[in-house]
Amino acid sequence: MATAKAKKFVSADPDKCVGCSVCEYVCSFEKEKVFNPLKSRIRVVRLDSVINLAVACRLCEDAPCVAACPRDALEQSEETGIIMVDEEKCNGCGWCIEACDYGAITLHPEKRVVVVCDLCDGNPKCIEWCPEGGIDFTTRDLLAQKARRSAVKKLFQEAMKKGTP
Amino acid sequence: MLYGYTGKMLRVDLSSGKTKTEPLKEELAKKYIGGIGLGMRLLLDNSKPGTDPLSPKNPLILTTGPLTGTMAPTAGNGIAFVSKSPLTNGLGEAKSHGFLGADLKRAGYDAVIFEGKSDKPIYVWIDDDTVQLMDAKHLWGKSPQDTEDAIREELGDYYVRVAAIGEAGEKLSKIACIINDKTRAAGRTGMGTVMGSKNLKAIAVRGTKDVAVAKPEEFIEVVKMLHERMKGPATTKYRTLGTPLNVLVHNSLGALPTRNFTNATFEGAEKVSGEYLNERYIARIIACSSCAMRCEHIAVVPEGPYKGTTTRMEYETLWSLGPNCGIDRLDAIIKGMYLCNYYGLDALSAGGLVGFAMDCYEHGILTKKDTGGLDLGFGNYEAMIKLLTMVGTREGLGDILAEGVKRAAEKIGKGAEKYANHIKGLEMTGYDIRGLKTAAIGYAVSFRGADHNRHGAYGIDLKGKVDRFKVEKGRGKMVMEIEDLYTVIDSLIVCKFGRGTYYDGFEDLAQLYNMATGLDVSVEELRAAGERINNLGRLFNIREGFTRKDDGLPAKVMSTPIPDNTVSKGSHITQKELDFMLDDYYEARGWTKEGVPTIEKLKEIGMRDLVALVKEKVKKPKPKRPKRPRRKR
Repeated sequence: MATAKAKKFVSADPDKCVGCSVCEYVCSFEKEKVFNPLKSRIRVVRLDSVINLAVACRLCEDAPCVAACPRDALEQSEETGIIMVDEEKCNGCGWCIEACDYGAITLHPEKRVVVVCDLCDGNPKCIEWCPEGGIDFTTRDLLAQKARRSAVKKLFQEAMKKGTP
Repeated sequence: MLYGYTGKMLRVDLSSGKTKTEPLKEELAKKYIGGIGLGMRLLLDNSKPGTDPLSPKNPLILTTGPLTGTMAPTAGNGIAFVSKSPLTNGLGEAKSHGFLGADLKRAGYDAVIFEGKSDKPIYVWIDDDTVQLMDAKHLWGKSPQDTEDAIREELGDYYVRVAAIGEAGEKLSKIACIINDKTRAAGRTGMGTVMGSKNLKAIAVRGTKDVAVAKPEEFIEVVKMLHERMKGPATTKYRTLGTPLNVLVHNSLGALPTRNFTNATFEGAEKVSGEYLNERYIARIIACSSCAMRCEHIAVVPEGPYKGTTTRMEYETLWSLGPNCGIDRLDAIIKGMYLCNYYGLDALSAGGLVGFAMDCYEHGILTKKDTGGLDLGFGNYEAMIKLLTMVGTREGLGDILAEGVKRAAEKIGKGAEKYANHIKGLEMTGYDIRGLKTAAIGYAVSFRGADHNRHGAYGIDLKGKVDRFKVEKGRGKMVMEIEDLYTVIDSLIVCKFGRGTYYDGFEDLAQLYNMATGLDVSVEELRAAGERINNLGRLFNIREGFTRKDDGLPAKVMSTPIPDNTVSKGSHITQKELDFMLDDYYEARGWTKEGVPTIEKLKEIGMRDLVALVKEKVKKPKPKRPKRPRRKR
């Protein structure tokens, strides 16, 4: 059985994201065969020209969105960790949107039910299409490994600089 | 309606505050595509000859293209502004990318026509089908960037897209641009001035509707292919050093206009090179909506008097504020660029103005009395920065310069026109066409004035396909062919940086266009549309009184042979050469010796409806015969 830490999710790398929103376009195309970032399950934020990041569901453990839903319309898959929305039950009240710290849940502009990243059956299209190779299909543990390695590399470089005259 | 178009245009009467939508005729879409083509036709149909560009009767037209809002790389985010230019009194147009275009398409419009003039500062808020005129008194005087922030804040949506003018546009500086998404400018031909004349501070857009294409599966495959090409050699330049790569290339070819076209090489080129810029100043490269190339080089000054200044940098503006003014300090150039964006000045024209003023100062035409004590010698970077502020706020000498080099030279007098480098009133760009004689044709005949982007014929010269120091028959045809491609590119609003990914030119463009719209346009038909749109530009200018005389070249390109010890030494363009070029080009186009499209030509390219514009001008003088009494029928 898959453990929580092994559950993979979509995570954009702040060092690589250029804010192009190709992920938004390809997501809306994959899910609904139209081009419309408002229907994308991943959204891009540009705070200013040098700060860009795409954000999608991070598959929280004991996901607060699920707990926040008064109609039990949200359920987290034990196997993959994705948030499944029962469109019959969801009335678009937005409590889950409020509960999510990442803004990873959005209201569908027409259906008025919430939509959230479903990992495209394990083959996220945003990752396939990201021109920068800036989105990872990763786990928290792998992210920690990556950060650890880059931190050590940096330290090592500093040490090298100090070591050579 | 066809896919790719919404079939709807929005008309906003700023005088009455009334708005309405109108259908876009399918025939118009097919003939003029979108972008500048559609915008130019709408301008022609919605204005009267001789309209003052700054009067309420001059419409400002904003268009999207058939690919806008789709995932087509670079074309998915384009917009075009078209109006009669206050700089040239002829056709004005400028494109921009970023995010705004896609939202306008999703809001449901192929075009927006702004007419009239508001009696107080306003901004137009296009929220899908709801269009409102909003008070902009509190935004007046703000930079385009601060305006965008303020509008997003008050509308409470951070995904609202904004195009705005700065103080320069408000004060009707003739070189004012329109800036959207903070760093993207519809720069040339004074489109921001037209906006200012209407008291229109900004346009805010939110579009929530879907954009669908006719053949989604095939379309996405082509997009995928273009994405792959965008990672390859066709875009290496834009992805790595960016356009500032040109500095050293142009310099080595003796084609880097320096000190207002006094020289063609710059001794400080290394210090303002793309290489040095990237090594020392570029903090981040970012992208426009749906683009897989990402080219936007964001520079941050790390130390010194301009520490912290952050702005986008490209070759043309780096050139105009740098080598063109004899300035070799990148931090100051970045500051200058920042100020242009802050005031909403077309940085290309603004650098042209500073270079012109410096040239006048060096020749004693302007003195410290005129400059308010500024030492305007070439290379004085502090003076450049001060002067840009004066132009942006119309203070002192800046008030005269804000009219553009052509009018400023007239006002200054004393022979200042000898240093005013412009074509049709639009300031020159960063190619030394004294030694690029194919490009020179393109510059001379361009319908929007001095411009490398209406033809790209510098490519023919720089790649060594021809002897660039020579004029010869056949070059006119070469220029014409690229022009026709470029008008299609600008009507689909494909970014020119991405043009290299369309390996087969018209063929690739036609494929994408057809898949998006469901049309079945052949390469030949698309090429004809390009020709039609170029003729349309010509017709508009003819209607406004332009003649062969207006197809000129900048003063110093004709007067000053390149003095530097470089490959282009001694090169310049004589009147005889210019005449030869024009004859050759007009002939290739099927125009008269005066540069007027013939009735036959117009009929051939499906412009029968515009024959009246040339009828009087193409009449052949009747052979003189003795008068005979008129016969009665």
